[in-house]
Amino acid sequence: MSKFDEASHYRQEDLLKIDWRPPKTPWMKTPVDFRPGTYIYPGKAKNLKVLDLPNPRDWSVEDQDWKLPEDWKKRVLDGMADRLSKYRSFKVFMDTCVRCGACADKCHFFLGSGDPKNMPVLRAELLRAVYRKDFTALGKIFGELAGARELTTDVIKEWFYYFYQCTECRRCSVFCPYGIDTAEITMMGRELLGLLGIYVNWVIEPVANCYRFGNHLAIQPHGFVDTLEFMADDIEDVTGIRVDIPINRKGAEILFVTPSGDLVADPGIYTCMGYLLLFHELGLDYTWSTYASDGGNFGLFTSAEAMKRLNAKIYAEAKRLKVKWILGGECGHMWRVIHQYMDTLNGPADFLEVPRSPITGTVFKHARSTKMIHLMEFVADLIRHNKLKLDKSRNDHLRVTFHDSCNPSRAMGIFEEPRYVIRSVCNHFYEMPDNTIREQTFCCGGGAGLGTDENMEMRLRGGLPRGSALRHVQEKYGVNMMAAMCAIDRATLVTVADYWAPGVKITGITELVANAMVFTGEKRRTRNLRGEPIPGMELEESETTTVEQGAAIHG
Amino acid sequence: MNVLVALGAAVGVFAAGMAGGALGLGWLFGVVIPGLALLVFLGGLAVKVWDWVSTPVPFRIPTTCGQQTSLDWIKPNKLENPHTGIQALGRMALEVLCFRSLLRNTKAEMVQGRRLAYRTSLGLWLGAMLMHWSLLVILIRHLRLMTNPVPAFVSFLEAADGFLEIGLPAVFVTTVTFLAGVTYLLARRFTNPQVRYISLAGDYFPLFLLLGIGLSGVWMRHFGKVDIAAIKELMLSLFHFSPAVPEGISPVFYGHLFLASVLLAYIPFSKIAHMAGIFLSPTRNLANNNRAVRHVNPWDYPVKVHTYEEYEEELRDKMVAAGLPVEKPLEKE
Ligand code: HEM
Ligand code: SF4
Ligand code: SF4
Repeated sequence: MSKFDEASHYRQEDLLKIDWRPPKTPWMKTPVDFRPGTYIYPGKAKNLKVLDLPNPRDWSVEDQDWKLPEDWKKRVLDGMADRLSKYRSFKVFMDTCVRCGACADKCHFFLGSGDPKNMPVLRAELLRAVYRKDFTALGKIFGELAGARELTTDVIKEWFYYFYQCTECRRCSVFCPYGIDTAEITMMGRELLGLLGIYVNWVIEPVANCYRFGNHLAIQPHGFVDTLEFMADDIEDVTGIRVDIPINRKGAEILFVTPSGDLVADPGIYTCMGYLLLFHELGLDYTWSTYASDGGNFGLFTSAEAMKRLNAKIYAEAKRLKVKWILGGECGHMWRVIHQYMDTLNGPADFLEVPRSPITGTVFKHARSTKMIHLMEFVADLIRHNKLKLDKSRNDHLRVTFHDSCNPSRAMGIFEEPRYVIRSVCNHFYEMPDNTIREQTFCCGGGAGLGTDENMEMRLRGGLPRGSALRHVQEKYGVNMMAAMCAIDRATLVTVADYWAPGVKITGITELVANAMVFTGEKRRTRNLRGEPIPGMELEESETTTVEQGAAIHG
Repeated sequence: MNVLVALGAAVGVFAAGMAGGALGLGWLFGVVIPGLALLVFLGGLAVKVWDWVSTPVPFRIPTTCGQQTSLDWIKPNKLENPHTGIQALGRMALEVLCFRSLLRNTKAEMVQGRRLAYRTSLGLWLGAMLMHWSLLVILIRHLRLMTNPVPAFVSFLEAADGFLEIGLPAVFVTTVTFLAGVTYLLARRFTNPQVRYISLAGDYFPLFLLLGIGLSGVWMRHFGKVDIAAIKELMLSLFHFSPAVPEGISPVFYGHLFLASVLLAYIPFSKIAHMAGIFLSPTRNLANNNRAVRHVNPWDYPVKVHTYEEYEEELRDKMVAAGLPVEKPLEKE
């Protein structure tokens, strides 16, 4: 018997029985059903303590008593007033929604679960109802009739459930006539819960780790070195090239920052190997950092303050190492932080220079203030200038589609760069249907700190729209690989694809690039970075022995 | 329940206006209340907008719906992902004038019980466009009652609007489209199960008000044949700040006017404040040039961070053992 935290526990027929029609009971009178598989475990006291967060304690979601502080209600209402006076977004979004419902069936969690409180508009109403009660004239006078609601501990529990069933993907915001961004409201909701010490461990433990060790996974400096060295071994094995790995090197031109997921999780590691190979081939004057060893920032899913606290290390390290500019790897939410928040939070980066490609001379003017560019911007420019030697046919066994990750899509708009790169290194590229890509892309179902196994049912449900579109191109074009430039995707989409479109594998883009690149001094390439034989490049009989001997020596 | 309350309230408003007219309370319903309503509307909306405008925008968070501006040879989508203030203005114009985002609307469907598909769904967009644009034209047409001589553009608009020349007096196109739009939006609220589920009394109420205003207007023009000259006399006197209430105005007019007054006064305190809010939405009205131009958060404050020095202090031996450079050498035991 599989458990609720395993995908095999759920039968597709059951999950596909979705009823989008709301229940008979009005939403304010429909209680939350904390069913295992649909919620995330609370943040542990030890992690809250690392971060000096309020009310550290160990508790459980099923407990009747969540051990809230005495003055919990005042804390929340004061916190709301505070945020209403600090965020125009929050205030305008509270006031302007006309409940037209245009956003309703745009959320992957609503589409996959049919739970009406997963309609972005109702998710926002959870907060808005309390706002009406305590902050608006009509709500104070007419109460429930005006949609106002008393703040109770049950409301707090409901907030917890639904603000951790939103991946802050912003898809709803694309369709709203006023641009109301439920992700923004979820962020406010999570901050308010945080005032009571309510976090989920899957978010707050990475935040605590990141604070102390520079990355979510608590990889310490020696572990960081070892991990990259192991990768160098594997790279040598398949390419015959020994890459050098500069770490914490002062005076390098470029600081490279990528999500720590790339260091440990399959298939992210192959993308990471791709980075190493690419930079080696270019002879790039760059460095990794163990202190700034994660571009990912779960602070974004916690509070603006946590985000700022974690992100500070990037500019600090760039300054200490005296680099000229910063290059960022393939990540989703990291790029929301870098693109929309970093300069405001941690800038100005006046000690850095405007990024300029040492290979092509291109000056990246659009990043002239932040001084940080996306790897796909860098690589697209290289390919455009013919600086990479590519043999696309090495990827001919792949029929590739591309998943636009939520944050780079709807909080940046990097659509063409990755497509240009993929098309340059793959002969077979197919788009998923229009309503499921680019700004209308669907979330993997596990972003914003929801990608943990105890939340498996919601992940599979939330992953349904993406999985369904993937299945479509799998059946229509024989797609067998989905590329995504996001470390969370590279972890969560594996589960989604295995479940909804079995047979499709997940990859980062740089992995595809490195597999197609012809490196100086490489040996005959018969295997890709995953160590799998490349169809059509198999060895002739006579060659087999030498390579097997070689492999045996390496280990 | 929500529907009934809203309907009851709207009917009550109309009835009260009618009764006022019939009882000869022309001064109250024709002068005092509309005047107050206008004051509440202007004052309330000013306060509301001031409240929004004086709230800072700590972060620049546009929702990007097209290709960014980056490399020279990649064509950016200037309207869906503006990079400059002018481009953002263009995006806003599309939103305000064409309801751009509603044009994207889709309806999800489950095909064969296993595949999701999304069909373009433009009903809401069309209904909203009909209602809002007709409302604007109708409001401008109403200037005929408040000006003497009537400005040329008002007469022109009126002529254009009545070009069908059906009926006497001619039926205006916008009268029909306005009522059609409002009816559609109401019907949608009743029949779309999700929209019905989220609807509050406050969502039905303005629609009933609009419908009531429209229907009573139609009745006055086409059926009741009310004394327009007297109504214009009243309106002109109001705008000259020397109110005089002529005899013989139909009670229906007072019902119409009271509905409009209530709607006007209701706007600043309700969701209809979206008419101003839409201009201030930070996901739409900002340029996505975050990495080029620094955005400053006015309430930014220093936070506690874990410095490199603290990091190295804790992990120095491990760093040295791994062959990594350190700032301070390891102390000899
Ligand atoms: C700058 C002016 C305005 C703009 C850009 C604007 C835009 C919009 C948009 C985009 C919607 C959503 C679509 C819909 O639900 O119909 C909407 C809804 C609505 N608007 Fe406006 N609006 C404006 C002024 C007004 C005014 C002056 C009124 C009435 C006095 C009004 C009444 C309504 C109502 C009642 C709804 C909700 C319709 C429903 O319940 O479905 N709007 N508006
Ligand atoms: S689309 Fe916007 S205005 Fe319409 S219900 Fe959703 S959040 Fe409210
Ligand atoms: S941000 Fe994404 S997950 Fe959250 S409500 Fe909107 S569509 Fe749903």
